[in-house]
Amino acid sequence: MMWLTWRQLRPQATIMLGALAVLITFLAITGPRLAHDYAAGTASCGSTGDCAGFTDTFFSDHAFAYFALTALVLAVPAVIGLFWGAPMISRELETGTYELVWQQSVTRRSWLAVKIGSVGLAVVVAAGLASMAVSWWAHPLDEAGVGDFPRLSPLMFDARGIAAVGHAAFAFILGVTLGLVLRRTLPAMAVTLTAFAIVQIIMPTLVRPHLLAPLRVDTAITAQNLSGVKASGPGGTVRGLEIGIGAPGAWILTNQTIDKTGTPVETLPAWVSACMPISPGKGDADAERSCFDRLAASGYRQVVEYQPANRFWALQALETAIFLGLALLLAAVCFWRIRPD
Amino acid sequence: MTAVIHAQGLGKRYGRRWALTECTLQIPSGRVTGLVGPNGAGKTTLLGLAVGQLAATTGTIDVLGARPAADANALARVGFVAQSTPVYAQLTVGDHLRLGARLNPRWDAGLAVERIRRIGLDSAQRAGALSGGQRAQLALVLAIAKRPDLLVLDEPVAALDPLARREFLQVLMEAAAEHSVSVVLSSHLVADLERVCDYLVVLVASHVRLAGEIDELLAQHRVLVGPRRDPAALADNLRIVSARHTERQTSLLVRSPDPVDDPSWTTSEVGLEDMVLAYMSPSADRTAPPALEVLP
Repeated sequence: MMWLTWRQLRPQATIMLGALAVLITFLAITGPRLAHDYAAGTASCGSTGDCAGFTDTFFSDHAFAYFALTALVLAVPAVIGLFWGAPMISRELETGTYELVWQQSVTRRSWLAVKIGSVGLAVVVAAGLASMAVSWWAHPLDEAGVGDFPRLSPLMFDARGIAAVGHAAFAFILGVTLGLVLRRTLPAMAVTLTAFAIVQIIMPTLVRPHLLAPLRVDTAITAQNLSGVKASGPGGTVRGLEIGIGAPGAWILTNQTIDKTGTPVETLPAWVSACMPISPGKGDADAERSCFDRLAASGYRQVVEYQPANRFWALQALETAIFLGLALLLAAVCFWRIRPD
Repeated sequence: MTAVIHAQGLGKRYGRRWALTECTLQIPSGRVTGLVGPNGAGKTTLLGLAVGQLAATTGTIDVLGARPAADANALARVGFVAQSTPVYAQLTVGDHLRLGARLNPRWDAGLAVERIRRIGLDSAQRAGALSGGQRAQLALVLAIAKRPDLLVLDEPVAALDPLARREFLQVLMEAAAEHSVSVVLSSHLVADLERVCDYLVVLVASHVRLAGEIDELLAQHRVLVGPRRDPAALADNLRIVSARHTERQTSLLVRSPDPVDDPSWTTSEVGLEDMVLAYMSPSADRTAPPALEVLP
């Protein structure tokens, strides 16, 4: 059975191995230099005093490769589900070869167990390798870009660490299951892609934020922590304020202004725009100070909910476990559905 | 008679349509059995149930004394060539033999190689590039080299040209003789069955209309031609299979264990095809004599 599984997958496996080899070679060649440049830059920027300038330049210099590789890791599970999962059984059903292979001296369930087990293991290892290699390579850039692209933010999270392992296992079995149920390769591929995309939207928006209870900050709005004004254009209606919480790499879930009754505000009075002058440092210092005083006096406060950066691996482990669990569930469906009917 | 296939009240439903209902039959071991019937009689469904590709909705079917495809051992004892004679287009002929060798504990590698050589297939050739006849031959070799106790073939020659059909049946006959394997072969081409089968089952609308050894069946059936008369007046030991009347003449196909010695009839032997067609035609009914009808 192993032989047949390997023989049938040889074209896809060759492409996958080749792509993986190219990727890892590229990362292995460019990675050490990237790390070295970053280490050297951060060590020397102290003397010039412009470390922010260095990290900005460093990040934008490598932005293309950084985002391309991130997108690549994001795409791996979907590609696996499409090209390894969906055709696995549907092609046998479509071409009639199931009548050949299920008539050999191997029961359908043994056949399925070997197929899912060996191919599933291969795709999981491939996705894990790609993700870990890119995570290693991108480490300096993740650090440099932590302000705008923290590892915990929705898309980055999927492309770093071990989450791709769970995603790949799930996408693969999802494809296999849909292939078995729909019995046609192309529809199975289309539905696999759609279903996987939906799951990948639901997960970071509705599920992941609540895997661990978010931390909550309830604080006064001050000149030190105010980081932004949500307004409809300069001089327009102020819809809310944003503050910084001094937790680099955190995944901010909500950043809301509440009034003295504790209700999130829809609009703030127009005078609030004085708290944050359009040109920093050129505003009227007294007007600013009185603005913040008035905010405090009116009872406005800011509530921030977030996942701190140090929960990255805990969330990765939880997410991977959830997707592996879903994969096992779908595998059980396959073992039930493969019976003759 | 030990049965290789024993079906009891077997039924199979697809959605709201019954493909097979209340089918009860036995197929003897050690024979090459031809299963004939009109399209829609349930032949493919019956064979699908026998090899475990399908699950029965009602009734039971035992194959070699076990539930079909119940485990690896049951699978190893039955070889199957499906109607479409499927092979893996991307794999070579040699790959298919390797597949057979790795997936079947009773695989006879020598036999497989010898068969492939005799058919003249190149083991490096991709199966997708084979002709229909070659593909059917490859599927047959895979089923035979498994060394099954029962070989089931569903309309294997339906899509083949006459030459390929003859070659295929030749290989099948050789294998059946050499390895004493029971064979069940469905077809709607009686001429093909006549060449290879020694036992016949006629299936019409899920029910067995006729079953028996072909030689015996032919010996028991006669065509009677004589002056026009009501068939109801015939002797009790004659069973009328079909009757045709013209203005003056009546011709009957009858089944009787003994020779017909009524001198008013001209008696002649019946061919297999005529006999099978008589049983397959909708008016054929062995229990009630057909109504007298006048043909213009």
